Amino acid sequence: MEIKDSYELPLSKERVWAALNDEQFLKRSIPWCEKLERRSETELAAEVKLKIGPMSTRFTGNITLSDIDPPNGYTITGNGKGGIAGAASGSAKVKLIEDKDTLSTTLSYEVSAQVKGKIAQLGSRLIQSTAKKLSKNFFGSFVKQLEDMDKS
Amino acid sequence: MNEVTKIDGIGSSVRRTEDKKFLTGKGRYTDDINRPGQVQAYFLRSDVAHAEIKSIDTKAAQSAPGVVGVFTGSDIAADKVGGPICGWVVPCRDGSSTKEPPHPLLAQGKVRFVGDAVAVVVAETMEQAKSAAELIDVDYNELTPVVDFVKADEGAQIHEEVPNNCYFDWELGDESATNKAIESAAKVVKLSVRNNRLVPNAMEPRSALAEYDSLDESYTLHTTSQNPHLTRLVLAAFMFAIPESKLRVIAPDVGGGFGSKIYVYIEEAVCVWASKKIGRPVKWTADRTQAFLTDCHGRDHVNDVQLALDENNKIIGLRVDTVCNLGAYLSAFSVVVPTILHGTLLSGQYDIPAIYTNVKGMATNTVNVDAYRGAGRPEATYLLERTMETAAKEVGMDPAEFRRINFIPKDAFPYQTQVALQYDIGDYEPHLDKAMEMIDYSNFEKRRAEAAKRGMYRGIGMSSYIEACGLAPSAVVGALGGRVGQWESASVRVNPTGTISVFTGSHSHGQGHATTFAQIVADKLGIPMENVEVIHGDTDKTPFGMGSYGSRSLASGGSAISKAVDKIINKSKKIAAHLLEASEDDIDFKDGKFVVGGTDKEKAFGEIALAAYVPHNYPLETLEPGLEENAFYDPTNFVFPSGTHIAEVEIDPATGVVEVVDWAACDDFGNLVNPMIVEGQVHGGIAQGIGQALLEDAHYDENGQLLTASYMDYCMPRADDLPSFKVGYTNTPCTHNDLGVKGCGEAGAIASPPALINAVIDALSPLGVTDMSMPATPQKVWKAIQESQSVAAE
Repeated sequence: MEIKDSYELPLSKERVWAALNDEQFLKRSIPWCEKLERRSETELAAEVKLKIGPMSTRFTGNITLSDIDPPNGYTITGNGKGGIAGAASGSAKVKLIEDKDTLSTTLSYEVSAQVKGKIAQLGSRLIQSTAKKLSKNFFGSFVKQLEDMDKS
Repeated sequence: MNEVTKIDGIGSSVRRTEDKKFLTGKGRYTDDINRPGQVQAYFLRSDVAHAEIKSIDTKAAQSAPGVVGVFTGSDIAADKVGGPICGWVVPCRDGSSTKEPPHPLLAQGKVRFVGDAVAVVVAETMEQAKSAAELIDVDYNELTPVVDFVKADEGAQIHEEVPNNCYFDWELGDESATNKAIESAAKVVKLSVRNNRLVPNAMEPRSALAEYDSLDESYTLHTTSQNPHLTRLVLAAFMFAIPESKLRVIAPDVGGGFGSKIYVYIEEAVCVWASKKIGRPVKWTADRTQAFLTDCHGRDHVNDVQLALDENNKIIGLRVDTVCNLGAYLSAFSVVVPTILHGTLLSGQYDIPAIYTNVKGMATNTVNVDAYRGAGRPEATYLLERTMETAAKEVGMDPAEFRRINFIPKDAFPYQTQVALQYDIGDYEPHLDKAMEMIDYSNFEKRRAEAAKRGMYRGIGMSSYIEACGLAPSAVVGALGGRVGQWESASVRVNPTGTISVFTGSHSHGQGHATTFAQIVADKLGIPMENVEVIHGDTDKTPFGMGSYGSRSLASGGSAISKAVDKIINKSKKIAAHLLEASEDDIDFKDGKFVVGGTDKEKAFGEIALAAYVPHNYPLETLEPGLEENAFYDPTNFVFPSGTHIAEVEIDPATGVVEVVDWAACDDFGNLVNPMIVEGQVHGGIAQGIGQALLEDAHYDENGQLLTASYMDYCMPRADDLPSFKVGYTNTPCTHNDLGVKGCGEAGAIASPPALINAVIDALSPLGVTDMSMPATPQKVWKAIQESQSVAAE
């Protein structure tokens, strides 16, 4: 499953890049995130609680950053185990492109996600819409926080 | 035999005696049975399709509340318990045999499909077992899954023992003669078809309750089985190496099987093993998700067909190249289904002078595929009848006439096909004619035109099928790679008052044996049916028998009962002769009475029974007391039911929905014992076939995740998907069993899918549609309509 979208931000690329690498900032952008801790330069530990169709599941897992190309983008990959509900994994390629004329930055992402176990068996028809919603929520609130900070 | 129809004898539509308990909810299924001290088993299953197991940490689960044991593959290996076995293998083209990889009870080192059992948790309650299973940490090293079976040979190797993921590469028939026929043909009709993968969906999920008696070191297993004796044999001899006498297997009421409950699965074996390990009775019952994931699926073939015709449209050759998906492990009959039960049926009802078929059975990271109602024969019938219809249209003949000119003529029986089978008897034109009459075939074009006025596409399609069932002559089975005999047993016990207890090796899980078998005995002995009780499903009560599948119960099991009753009658005549002071040769048996020919001297059957058990006036010096006889019946041939089904459909171009508006089924099942039960079997079979043709499709994604694992995504036929069926019969009695019976259990599921798809294509033929794959879902049909219209617009 693939999801693509992009946002235009009235901010410099460096500013957006810094936020993308601030785990506290990221955590605030993920309302369903219960824990996000940095383990190393490229690794984070996460706990998220998600509702997919009829199933409400807590996933624990690792997040790794790769293809790091400051300040142009990275690939963020997550693997989560949801116990009896199964497991989910996904990655998002995040790219930042700055428009020097308007002093704005376009954040674009491409998400691919996979699910296993009960989530796949019972919720496969719900995954696409759920993943879309979650991606939109995350990047939407990430952008909104940045904009708010910029205003304040 | 059908001439004299008695109220409760052969040929009478007696209401099913077993229905009282089923219709009132009083059936007693495995999960209804509980034992003191019983614990629950829950299987932790792999959620990845293909992976090495790096480690399994069960520590936290071991100490979770209520847990009495957590076991993994290494515990099974330590106890040297074997796994399920393959009951039938075939030779390969290169001279090697079928590759048989081991199938451990719990995964050892590797998991091979989503649902593969990795560990079992045994706890006081199911909730506790499930909760503890969540604490087990399995670390997988994921491997690339093999899902597309057609390209499985290019994928990662699933078993060390199975190079190129090919279990077998089998052939049958004369390749060079067939290729010659194709080369010299006036016309070659080519077609590729796919037989969609199905989930069996028995109403009752699989279940097992095992208990161990430490005093006499014996086990009792209640389980959902179609063949309790085979289950006992496999568990005792191949898995646990214990004497059969130390294991009692009871298959109580079983709520549907359709093939899926033939095999010994790992779960019941693990329950048996754990019951001793823990020292308490262990129960496991699948939930519906587990049934979807782990019951053996059915079908899943692709077939490339070439049909060679001469200038008179007579068939001169048939070549079929098949690839089939057998899943992650070989199941009991998974090898025989796409080979012996498929390749040998390719002659259908037709006189075909040259046939060749090649079948490759592939391993994939999906659950095992094995017999499902029809087992190989629906696949053969589908490809053949789709090709017949396509050929008829390509040569511009009416499909009925094209079939008719190619039928094996009535006077050609016994007919030796080019694919091993010899049909003993049949007559195909009468059921074609009758089915056409039943559905008013000659006026179809008027109905099509009338439907067109309403904006609907109406189509008609037929299928003339043959089935080889009533498994089967043991010597033939052995020669073809079978590892079991295929006879059936019966023990008929006359009780002192003249009532009868019939112990059968067949197993009823919906077929109505308690009624049908009682009718046979009542008819032969001239006694009321209610005096006959049929006992099945318990290895401690019934003689060793092969169980029920492959439409064999009446032809094989019923014949065994008939033979045992004949022995009862023979012995009774001796007793009667003594009591009536006559010569045995002068005793006639009719309507339940032994009469001295030409006199009014007679003894009723009940009097004979009493004399046998109270032998005060009895020829003890020459005859044993008592009246009980066994029979083991080994058929001399398969039985060959045949028939023609015609489907009529209407398609709404706005939605693509196919409505089945009419259905005529005319079958030759030989003599009918209970026409009502037979009709019920026909209805059920057609319903399942309509499910396959229009609705059902088991689908794995590219990662090997089963996406159709619930009724949200796997569509079963419902009452409003089905028309009112017109059911009729012709009769050419089977020549080689006493009852003259064939088999009817699978016929509907075999005949119906091609008839229905032929009708769908016929409906869309004005648009230029010539092919449609199963299931013909509204989306697929709608798309075909749209595409044809866009082509027309160009």
